Amino acid sequence: MPMLHTVNKSPFERGALESCVRLAIKGSSVLLIEDGIYGATKGTTASDMVENAMKDLDFYVLGSDLKARGVDEGRLIDGITVVDYSGFVKLAVDNDKVQAWL
Amino acid sequence: MKFGIQINEGPYTHEASTTALNFVSAAIEAGHEIFRVFFYHDGVNNGTRYTTPPQDDRNIVNAWSELAEKHDIDLVVCVAAAQRRGIVDEGEQERNGKDGNNIAPGFRISGLGQLIEAGIQSDRLVVFGD
Repeated sequence: MPMLHTVNKSPFERGALESCVRLAIKGSSVLLIEDGIYGATKGTTASDMVENAMKDLDFYVLGSDLKARGVDEGRLIDGITVVDYSGFVKLAVDNDKVQAWL
Repeated sequence: MKFGIQINEGPYTHEASTTALNFVSAAIEAGHEIFRVFFYHDGVNNGTRYTTPPQDDRNIVNAWSELAEKHDIDLVVCVAAAQRRGIVDEGEQERNGKDGNNIAPGFRISGLGQLIEAGIQSDRLVVFGD
């Protein structure tokens, strides 16, 4: 049962991303939105956690929220897919459920 | 596909209401149906027409009203959350003896059952919040 998890808070602000990757089952997708996009950047204290989680989970990040924060796609952890809002909708359709980690 | 949307955050708190607006617009664009948008907790603050941001700022309340009118979307404000935060329609004004009301066009006040129904009737319930 594939599930889409959305995380909208920075891993440096709250534990939402950590909780999400700890509890999401293998094969799930994680979409980082709003301040959650900082979890997609490499070379941070959170990037090891995300890189490890990517063995079991597919990671996506909302491109417009990257742009709004001046984060270049070159700063993303390799293997994270950038999507737009239509991609967000498609992820919600393709997964059976959507869980927001607030 | 039918989408139910829940919004738990006010229009100018962080970004959730804007994200939800963009998601709803993209879903409609892709041919999906929005069964209902349910405003809960501080999200009820999206439903007051007295919101007056500076003219060069986004008017998120108006954006919801306009989107609802254009696409016939049901915007429901949780009654208990609304009472706490002073969001009032004509019925609530009369029931609670208030001297006015402030509900924005396209919004209506109702109960939590509307969220449960949205969860049952929609293929996906997507939550935006704080």
